[in-house]
Amino acid sequence: MPVTSSNYLILSLLLFSIGIMGTLIRRNAIIIFMCIELMLNAVNLLLVHFSHLNGDVDADSQIFVFLIMVVAAAEVAVGLAIIAMMYRKVHSVDVNILNRLKH
Amino acid sequence: MDFYDILFWILSVMAVGCALGVVLSRNPIHSVIFLILTFFAISGHYLIMNAQFLAIVNIIVYAGAIMVLFLYILMLMNLNADAEPQKGLLVQIAGILSGGTLFLVLLAATKSAHNETINKVSTDVGLITNLGKLLFTKYVLPFEISSVLFLTAMIGAIVIGKKEPHLNNTEEHSA
Repeated sequence: MPVTSSNYLILSLLLFSIGIMGTLIRRNAIIIFMCIELMLNAVNLLLVHFSHLNGDVDADSQIFVFLIMVVAAAEVAVGLAIIAMMYRKVHSVDVNILNRLKH
Repeated sequence: MDFYDILFWILSVMAVGCALGVVLSRNPIHSVIFLILTFFAISGHYLIMNAQFLAIVNIIVYAGAIMVLFLYILMLMNLNADAEPQKGLLVQIAGILSGGTLFLVLLAATKSAHNETINKVSTDVGLITNLGKLLFTKYVLPFEISSVLFLTAMIGAIVIGKKEPHLNNTEEHSA
């Protein structure tokens, strides 16, 4: 069975859905953050695949993926700083503790 | 079934299995290791899809820098114990159901897409010569803006991570 474009589509969708499930069922803020990275990578994989499917005529979508990686790196720097700050304040990374807006 | 297909299936099983490991493992350190393995599998996919530069950047930036940052934070907070409290069973089932529903909806939405076979010709479109030329001519403005974004993120991380001396000062002042 040769590999077709729908195989890549299903692979990307699976990775994205696993990321969604991880953000929903875990309580550790760092794991949730890692699942967001997983979702970003699923999207990157699909973009590179579409570029490849287009016959590799230009590298525009690969530039796009590169810029997504840049934004993800910046996001991780700020997000981990926020998590470290949260740990310093409440001595936990459990997201269920952060419910002060609820009350 | 040639070499390309076998490589695709091995890398896909590795990526999905390790992604499940990220979500399901109790120890956060194991989650980080599984995520690094997932990124390696995705880099392998980039390699077989003529995106050599992206494969290397994925390994260097993600597995090399971002995941080390995660590990650093985990070790710094001493969170490598299995002491994470679990969400309730109802919430877990609801999360799995909504994730699975999203998967089904996206699958149904893309079902009518053309199912094309992939050309397995190797081109040099993803080499650094091509991408660098494109990055410094056509996409020079996004490139420069992303450098400003990095500077902003760096300053933001320092400002957020700093202790807040002015708050302590006012507290002392009021006391």
